[in-house]
Amino acid sequence: MVNTKVNLMGLTLDNPVIPASGTFGFGYEFADVYDINILGSISLKGTTKEPRFGNPTPRIAECEAGLINSVGLQNPGVDKVISEELPKLRKVYNKPAIANCGGFSIEEYVEVCQKLDKCPEIGILEVNISCPNVHNGGMSFGTDPKAAYEVVKAVKAVTTKPVLVKLSPNVTDIVAIAKACEEAGADGICLINTLLGMRINLKNRQPIIANKMGGFSGPAIFPVAVRMVYQVANAVNIPVVGVGGVATAENVIEMMLAGATAVQVGAENLVNPAACRDIILDLPRVMEKYGIENLSDIIGGCK
Amino acid sequence: MKNVIFEVLTNKKIAKDVMEMTLRGDTSGINPGTFVNIKLDGLYLRRPISVCNLEDDVLTFVYKIVGVGTEQMSLMDAGTKLDVLTQLGNGYDLDNAGDNPVLIGGGVGVPPTYLAARKLVEAGKSVTVIMGFNTKDEIFYEEEFKALGVDLRIATVDGSVGTKGFVTDALKRLEPSYIYTCGPEPMLKAVYNATSCSGEYSFEERMGCGFGACMGCSCKTKYGNKRICKEGPVLKKEEIIW
Repeated sequence: MVNTKVNLMGLTLDNPVIPASGTFGFGYEFADVYDINILGSISLKGTTKEPRFGNPTPRIAECEAGLINSVGLQNPGVDKVISEELPKLRKVYNKPAIANCGGFSIEEYVEVCQKLDKCPEIGILEVNISCPNVHNGGMSFGTDPKAAYEVVKAVKAVTTKPVLVKLSPNVTDIVAIAKACEEAGADGICLINTLLGMRINLKNRQPIIANKMGGFSGPAIFPVAVRMVYQVANAVNIPVVGVGGVATAENVIEMMLAGATAVQVGAENLVNPAACRDIILDLPRVMEKYGIENLSDIIGGCK
Repeated sequence: MKNVIFEVLTNKKIAKDVMEMTLRGDTSGINPGTFVNIKLDGLYLRRPISVCNLEDDVLTFVYKIVGVGTEQMSLMDAGTKLDVLTQLGNGYDLDNAGDNPVLIGGGVGVPPTYLAARKLVEAGKSVTVIMGFNTKDEIFYEEEFKALGVDLRIATVDGSVGTKGFVTDALKRLEPSYIYTCGPEPMLKAVYNATSCSGEYSFEERMGCGFGACMGCSCKTKYGNKRICKEGPVLKKEEIIW
C-alpha cells in the first residue's frame, strides 16, 4: 500500500494533486463529475476586491499541446465570493481550499487576503502576482523582486494563514523573485503561471485573442515549469508547489522530483473535467512502477 | 455534463462544405439548443458542436468544415469512436413557444433549430421555420424540415431560392408568438430588431472548456455576466446586450 500524503505548509494533504486556479471555477461545479473530496486541495478562481468581467472576447486561442487564455481575472469580487461562492463549495467539499488572491495595488491585495484569511473554508492564501492578463497589477508585481517583496510583506502583516506566492515565468531571474518572496515571509512558492503568448489568424492577419496576447498553458509548457520548479526549489527553504502543463500521474512524480511538495493541474481540467481524479487514481500504479512507497520521500529527489 | 463514447454510424456531405454525421451512444439528457464537446486526435481543445437531432440512442450533427477540427471530423468513417461531453449548455425552453412560434436559422445556425422544431410540432404547435443562406448551393435540410410538417420559408441573399434577401425579409407579415433563433450575430441582431415578441437567441463564442470552468466565453447581459457555454448558448431576448 503506497502513501500519497504530503505536508504542505502545515496542512496534511491526502495527495499532492490540486486543480489550479482559473481552471476549476469555485470547485462546486465539478462535484457532479466526481467526488471532489478526493483532491489534495482546490485552488479557487482568482479573486479581486471588485467584481470583474475581464477582457473582451475572444479570449481563448488553441495551440499545439495547449491554449492561450486572456480571461483577465473574471470574478464576482471578494465579498460575493465569500457570501455566495464559498457556501456553495462548502456544501460539496469538506477540506481546506486555497484562495487565489489578485490585486491592482498593494492595498487591494491586502484587503482581499485579509477578508479571505478569516474564512473557515480557506486553508491557504495564494497570492497571485503573476496574472499576465491584467494591466497595472498582477504580473507587474511578480516581475520585480522589490515589488514582490512589498506585496508579500504587506499581506503577511495582516494574515494568519499560510501564504503561497504564485510566480510568473515571464522574468529573467525567477530565483531572485522567489528569494525576495521568501525574505518577505512567504510560506511557500507556487510556479509557474502562464507564459505570455500570441496567435495570429492567417485569414484576417489579426491576433486571435482580442487582447492580442494571453497566457499560454498546457502540456507544452511542462518542461519550462519543471526547470523553474527545480531552480527555485534549490534556492529557497520554503515549500514549492509545481504547476504548468501537468497532465498525468507521471508528470506529478516528475514535478515532485524537481522539488515540488504539491502539484497543481491546470489546462488539463479544461479538456478532461475528470483529469485530477484520473491522475489521483493512477498515482498508486505509477508509484509502484517506480518503487515509491511514500510520495513525500521523492520531493526534490533529482539532484 | 456526461462523458460518453459515441460510435459514428454515417458521415456524409449534404451541401457545400456541410456534413451530416450520425452517431450511436448515450443521448440521455440532451435537449434542443444544447451542444456537445468532442475530443479529436492531435487537437488540444475539444470541439463544440450543436445538437441537430436525436432519436433514441442516435445523435445527429450537421456541421460546416471551417478548420482542422471539422476537417478531421469530415474524414471519419463509420465505426470511429469519439470521446464526447454531452448535456452542455442551456438550450431552448420550448414551454415558452406559445401557439405559433417561428424558428429562424442562418447557415450553420439552422441545425440547432431542427430538434426544437420537431419537438414543437410534436407538441401540436403551428410552427414556421425560416432558413437563411447566401445561395442555393448552401441549402440543406429543406426536405427534412418539410417532412416535419412545418411552414418552411427560405431566404437567400442572391435570390437563387425563396425570398431574395435576409431571414428578416422572409419574416415580414408574420406575427410570431415567440422566436427561437440561431445564426451569425448580425442576423440575431436583425431578428431582435425586426420582432416585437419575446424569444430565445443562441450565441456563439470561442470556448476553452465548454462546461463553465475557464470563463473563456463570457458575455455581459442585463442580468450580469454569463458564460455562453453554461448559462448560454441560448439567451432570452430580454437579457441581451448588443
